[in-house]
Amino acid sequence: MSAPVVVAGASMAGLRAAEQLRAAGHTGPITLIGDEPHMPYNRPPLSKEVLAGKASFESLAFRPRAAVADVEWRLGTKVVSADLDRRRVRLDDGGTLSYAALVVATGMRPRRLRCPGPLAGRHTVRTLADARGLRAALTRPGVRVVVVGAGFIGCEVAATAVALGAAEVTVVDPLPLPMAGPLGELLGRALLRRHEARGVRFALGAGVTGFDGDGHVTGVVLDDGTVLPADVVVESVGSVANTEWLDGNGLDLTDGVLTDKHLRAGGRPDVVAVGDVARFPNARYDGVPRRVEHWSIPTDTAKHAARVLAAQLGGAEPEPAPFAPLPTFWSDQHDFRLQSFGAPALGLDDVRVIEGGPDGDLLAGYHRGGRLVGVVALGGTGAAAAAARHRAELLKTPALTA
Amino acid sequence: MKVVVDMNKCQDHGQCVFAAPDVFRFDEAGRLAYVPDPDDALRDEVEEAADVCPLQAIRIED
Ligand SMILES: Cc1cc2nc3c(=O)[nH]c(=O)nc-3n(C[C@H](O)[C@H](O)[C@H](O)COP(=O)(O)OP(=O)(O)OC[C@H]3O[C@@H](n4cnc5c(N)ncnc54)[C@H](O)[C@@H]3O)c2cc1C
Ligand code: SF4
Repeated sequence: MSAPVVVAGASMAGLRAAEQLRAAGHTGPITLIGDEPHMPYNRPPLSKEVLAGKASFESLAFRPRAAVADVEWRLGTKVVSADLDRRRVRLDDGGTLSYAALVVATGMRPRRLRCPGPLAGRHTVRTLADARGLRAALTRPGVRVVVVGAGFIGCEVAATAVALGAAEVTVVDPLPLPMAGPLGELLGRALLRRHEARGVRFALGAGVTGFDGDGHVTGVVLDDGTVLPADVVVESVGSVANTEWLDGNGLDLTDGVLTDKHLRAGGRPDVVAVGDVARFPNARYDGVPRRVEHWSIPTDTAKHAARVLAAQLGGAEPEPAPFAPLPTFWSDQHDFRLQSFGAPALGLDDVRVIEGGPDGDLLAGYHRGGRLVGVVALGGTGAAAAAARHRAELLKTPALTA
Repeated sequence: MKVVVDMNKCQDHGQCVFAAPDVFRFDEAGRLAYVPDPDDALRDEVEEAADVCPLQAIRIED
């Protein structure tokens, strides 16, 4: 098995794919191409511990398994195009690479707001460089911070900004509650109260129409005309898949890379997608392809895709059971943690309190067709442990057919 | 095989407990406890636990 594998994207999913290819018995050459100058590093602390200064930037580096000591890393190098029929990728340094199998692991980048106004003072949080810049801005005394987007990353950054002593922190979102899209009203309301009690302000049901300031941002203009004074703006309004380099190959790239139940793209046995960029059907649920931006997904997808590829490269017919991961997600905000198992977003119409209440530790169950499809805990580590007790039940859940 | 958990990093996420219940568990106080020198037969499980620790707090020293 000396067939060369090219991995596009050298972050968590790329690293895990290389490790899992070795674990699945692939002994041929592996080349990882990443446009960031760094070896793979862990992103979640960028909006939490590292932004808060409680952990160092150096502590983020992943420790690659010994089995991948021989892989080639082409860092600071971008894949600019691919010819899947000829099994070739082109790099921004002018080189081309041929492969027997291609792993797509190019992840996401932050979506940006297009409304008018200066760019300076506006931040996103995805990379080490982003977090360094934002930390420098947030640690200046007396800053007023406006976070646009009340999703997980936005709320984490708001919590961290308060902890760093920002003078004012306001979160703006067109929706009426934070994080309610994925978690529903019950949790959204509980989260809103907890954030407000800890000093975060909210402008909900409000859109952003522009930014004030010449040269550097001084305020955020809302659609009712209000201007929120701001020294630092954080845009956390979702993400865009890095798939332009795959254009022209007939793949469905409408939202990430569409895959089959084995993470293969475009019906090609030699191309798989892993991590945030993969839009895959989950056989545990309704089989509708979705992207899942959870930290657990790079490892889960890498394991399955590597097995499928290794079998294919070894000349065997790869037919493991379809991909059916149990999604898990956490988020640390202020002194509390959210811990989620399963797919709460599929059970938003039937949310029940399993334990506790909105003011203390809270455990909520999300149901579809009367069956538990997800649990979310809010509170201390005890609450997270309570959620974990339902994990076995969630794992038993057979594929839903709704 | 030697396992070391950096207890300064560990935030009791418990992902390791699911991945390798023979090696990691929570004690009565809800803090992580683990077997520091598990049998080599458990290597796969322990590697999996190291992969799924969100704080990357688990180190395997051969
Ligand atoms: C600030 C932040 C906080 C988070 N917090 C949590 C959390 O608390 N809990 C949780 O479950 N999840 C969290 N996540 C999500 C989790 O970190 C992601 O799901 C995970 O990082 C996805 O890894 P990936 O390798 O698929 O993608 P990425 O990490 O995005 O990696 C893709 C890599 O490919 C590179 N690339 C892109 N295009 C090209 C190209 N053409 N050529 C070469 N290289 C390219 C990119 O630069 C990048 O290095 C968080 C994410 C962020 C950003
Ligand atoms: S997964 Fe990591 S952080 Fe969580 S309990 Fe285990 S070692 Fe600690």
